[in-house]
Amino acid sequence: MQLLSSSIGRKIVMAITGLLMILFVVVHLIGNTTIFGWISGGINAYAHHLHAFPPLVWAFRAFMLAAVSIHIWYGIQLTIENRGGRSQPYAVKATQKATFASENMIWTGLLLLCFIIYHLLHFTMKVVPGMALVPDAEGAINVFTMVVSSFQNFFVAFIYVAAMVTLFLHLSHGIQSFFQTMGWSTDRTLPVYVKAGTLVALVLFLGYVAVPLSIFAGILKG
Amino acid sequence: MILDGKCPTGPIEQTWDKHRFDLKLVNPANKRKYNVIVVGTGLAGGAAAASLGELGYNVQAFCYQDSPRRAHSIAAQGGINAAKAYPNDGDSIYRLFYDTIKGGDFRAREADVWRLAQVSNNIIDQCVAQGIPFARDYAGYLDNRSFGGAQVSRTFYARGQTGQQLLLGAYSALSRQIKAGTVKMYNRREMLDLVVVDGVARGITVRNLVTGALESYAADAVCLCTGGYVNVFYLSTNAMGCSVTANWKAHKKGALFANPCYTQIHPTCIPQAGDYQSKLTLMSESLRNDGRCWAPKKKGDTRPPNQIPEEDRDYYLERKYPSFGNLAPRDIASRAAKEQCDEGRGVGPGGRGVYLDFADSIKRLSEDTIRERYGNLFEMYEKITDENAYKSPMRIYPAPHYSMGGLWVDYNLMSNVPGLFVLGEANFSVHGANRLGASALMQGLADGYFVIPYTIGGYLATVKPGQVKEDHAEFKKSMEDVNKDVNKLLSINGKRTVTDFMRELGTMMWENCGMARTKESLEANIKKIPALREEFWKNVKVSGSGADLNQQLENAGRTADFLEFGELLCRDALHRNESCGGHFRSEYQYDDGEAKRDDVNYCYVGAWEFKGVGVEPELHKEPLKFENVHLAVRSYK
Amino acid sequence: MSDHKTMTLTLIVWRQKNASDPGKFETYTAKNITEHHSFLEMLDCVNEDLILEGREPIVFDHDCREGICGMCSQVINGAPHGGQVRTTVCQLHMRKFKDGDTIYIEPWRARAFPIIKDLIVDRSALDTIIQAGGYTSCHTGGVADGNAILIPKPVADEAMDAAECIGCGACVAGCPNGAAMLFTGAKVSQLALLPQGKTEAAARVTAMTKAMAECGFGNCTNHYECQAACPKGINVKFIARMNREFLKAQFA
Repeated sequence: MQLLSSSIGRKIVMAITGLLMILFVVVHLIGNTTIFGWISGGINAYAHHLHAFPPLVWAFRAFMLAAVSIHIWYGIQLTIENRGGRSQPYAVKATQKATFASENMIWTGLLLLCFIIYHLLHFTMKVVPGMALVPDAEGAINVFTMVVSSFQNFFVAFIYVAAMVTLFLHLSHGIQSFFQTMGWSTDRTLPVYVKAGTLVALVLFLGYVAVPLSIFAGILKG
Repeated sequence: MILDGKCPTGPIEQTWDKHRFDLKLVNPANKRKYNVIVVGTGLAGGAAAASLGELGYNVQAFCYQDSPRRAHSIAAQGGINAAKAYPNDGDSIYRLFYDTIKGGDFRAREADVWRLAQVSNNIIDQCVAQGIPFARDYAGYLDNRSFGGAQVSRTFYARGQTGQQLLLGAYSALSRQIKAGTVKMYNRREMLDLVVVDGVARGITVRNLVTGALESYAADAVCLCTGGYVNVFYLSTNAMGCSVTANWKAHKKGALFANPCYTQIHPTCIPQAGDYQSKLTLMSESLRNDGRCWAPKKKGDTRPPNQIPEEDRDYYLERKYPSFGNLAPRDIASRAAKEQCDEGRGVGPGGRGVYLDFADSIKRLSEDTIRERYGNLFEMYEKITDENAYKSPMRIYPAPHYSMGGLWVDYNLMSNVPGLFVLGEANFSVHGANRLGASALMQGLADGYFVIPYTIGGYLATVKPGQVKEDHAEFKKSMEDVNKDVNKLLSINGKRTVTDFMRELGTMMWENCGMARTKESLEANIKKIPALREEFWKNVKVSGSGADLNQQLENAGRTADFLEFGELLCRDALHRNESCGGHFRSEYQYDDGEAKRDDVNYCYVGAWEFKGVGVEPELHKEPLKFENVHLAVRSYK
Repeated sequence: MSDHKTMTLTLIVWRQKNASDPGKFETYTAKNITEHHSFLEMLDCVNEDLILEGREPIVFDHDCREGICGMCSQVINGAPHGGQVRTTVCQLHMRKFKDGDTIYIEPWRARAFPIIKDLIVDRSALDTIIQAGGYTSCHTGGVADGNAILIPKPVADEAMDAAECIGCGACVAGCPNGAAMLFTGAKVSQLALLPQGKTEAAARVTAMTKAMAECGFGNCTNHYECQAACPKGINVKFIARMNREFLKAQFA
């Protein structure tokens, strides 16, 4: 099928899987903010609800794993194809429109992959040492305590903030790229998407780093 | 010899239809047995190759550029004429026919021009079907603009890039045939000889411009669509690679060269800025729809244009030609501009320029409207001159632009050499002594899409296919001759560059055989050109190798041909003791400076036969008969 | 005419004998250049000197010298056509440079454009893309009247925006991936916008994008360098439109 053999088709697949991940990241952030206690029971209650029906959790995880894998697979494949698209570099480089973010999508992407693995080991599988794992009466880990104890560590907080910078870069190019690749942009809308995409990426960045920073700064305490 | 154009007779309205019926046909199954060579891929060549390929002939097409899409037809800006009469303003096929005959100063064949006017409408339909984005009005209908030499709006256009769009249309049709395998395209090949066997055109010798290898191609017919020769003036609006070479080689193999002295000097070009300059840039004639030409009334008026009050300005075209005003035909507008400058009232460096002013139109229509109509031209003007033409008027001066003369062809577009067809600007046929604006595109496409597909069949039906192959002795001889010339050019190792010679020839041609010519100036050239040619062959410096990409060598070959052709142009101009269209002999003018035609003695096509380099060529005449248009003094007053 | 100040410039030019030669930079001096010289006329002057010195002149593609044929193709100081907005090399004038400037001149560099010699590259891959479907399959003659198909002015205008492409390949040269998406997108869009081209739209976009990949062009990563490099200012919205046409074709 030409959809998967052509570069445009594969990019469309990347755009759709990318969109799924953006939606996930948005929902994830909303969940994270429960740490500030805007729902009763805070993040512990949220975590409890989320894991209430394990089959759904696993189905969702499988779905996201598939989306991430496809996105990464095609990302690597297309990048390799583009290597040598230019026979030889120019002696002088005069980039006019490309940005640091657009030129480094593969690297920000791969860094994010590393971060996702770390993040899963850290908060999902809970195998990273140096955090307080306090079970409650039913044996469930107190998420609030776990998170707070983690981010009181400078290095952990630093890793998370650095990862969110990477995410910002990736999304600031990725969001407008989604509209362009899907063919939904015009000369009038593209500049809007570029700005809006950067704004969304910025909001996500600020939202995400709010948790480790407020904990590290001692604003949010255990 | 009295030449016969083989024009059909009878009522002019029926000539082409009757002739089409009379032409023999080639059976569809037999067409693929015939090889046809098309040299050049501009409007005429691209359209011809595509159409002939589609009919089923085996076509081999050649161009010197890296792609057929780059032929210089692409640079035509303003538009293409057709007798559609969409604006309901009194146009008709007959009026287009009449305007073209009159515009050409009664020096073209009636039947050829009638056919052009008749098929002009098919061209627009064809181009629309190809997806050419012609300008449209808000209701979605095709839009028209006015051009010089006509009082109706019959010019279809695609912004200021009509030639580009039409060429890309022909190129896309050609690409479709290349894909289908009916046309084999040879890029970066320059035709350096026509191969004639027993008096019949049988093929060409080309140089592969990348490897330097000489190659032979045999065919049952050869179509030259190789454009015009005004680069003989060195500075012109033509592309750098435009040359007379293909035509000249054919001429040397027996094809007659008709009316070489009819050269068009376009009135609105950007004036020359310096001696190093390599070409001149045209500002479309369409600008004269809204721009007004003027010069200061006072000699040597150095005030900036905006400070010259209305009463000190001479809107000379409006004054001299009130009914056509700024839309007077090109030859007339050019001479009028020259007249202003010769009288010392020119502007800009060296006083070689007049103003083309948009201030009134901007006031009347707004700057935005002008920008929408001509934005790209104003942008181009600013890039070259660093001046903003919205704020102060453009400076313009005439420049060589088009050649009405070319190889002699009969009504079927076949030259006197059987099997050699000549299309588009390369032939002499429809424009007479002066071409009207927006008619070159019309002619190129008419010849390519709607004439040659019929007339070549009429010829091919009479010949057996594939009679001569590339191994024939004439092909070998041709290749040896070309090789000899190449080696000679490389071995001279003199002291002057090719450009140096070409610049000298060009200056000589422009000064003595340009917008105005006299017996004395032409005789001076006829004496000086052979001397320059002799020096060229002794003192030119061409370095590098023949077996490589060598642009100097390419230019040297073209210059060598111009050095022979320039002499013919001057001889033709000298023999034609009258002024008509683009050929203005200062001795032959009325008291008011208008051209004085001599219909008693010169109402003929002058076709020259090559007799050897430096040997006086022989003149053959084809008398022109006017049965539908009354021969009259051409007036635009 | 010689009352202008003149400039002296240092040129660092890519010289390569043929496709298999590795090539290298060589340094030349351009003297007596005025602000009215076009960039190519400046190179002409350098070449005239080289010829008289018995050295091989720099070869470069050029023809119309008025910005429309698309033949000229040089990367100047890293920017295709020199980086002036909507300008080809032949339209670039020396008033954009200063006395004493050093100028790097390189050929288009892209996998799909092998170098032929010095600054000349082989762009036949662009022809191949058009041959794959950049046309309407109408026959010569036998078509409807030009006004039989009404086309709203905005549609005709937008098609014309796309049709302005001169096929120079600057978009490919400017693209870090050597992609021909803007070139292909412009032609696909021109014909997809117009009613005449709609019948074959699905087959066309499929065939042209396939040819594009087979010719060795890279893929689009939405840097938009192509639009910045394009001497006709063709907008990347036509890439978006091609993507959309491509997607539509998958369901056609």
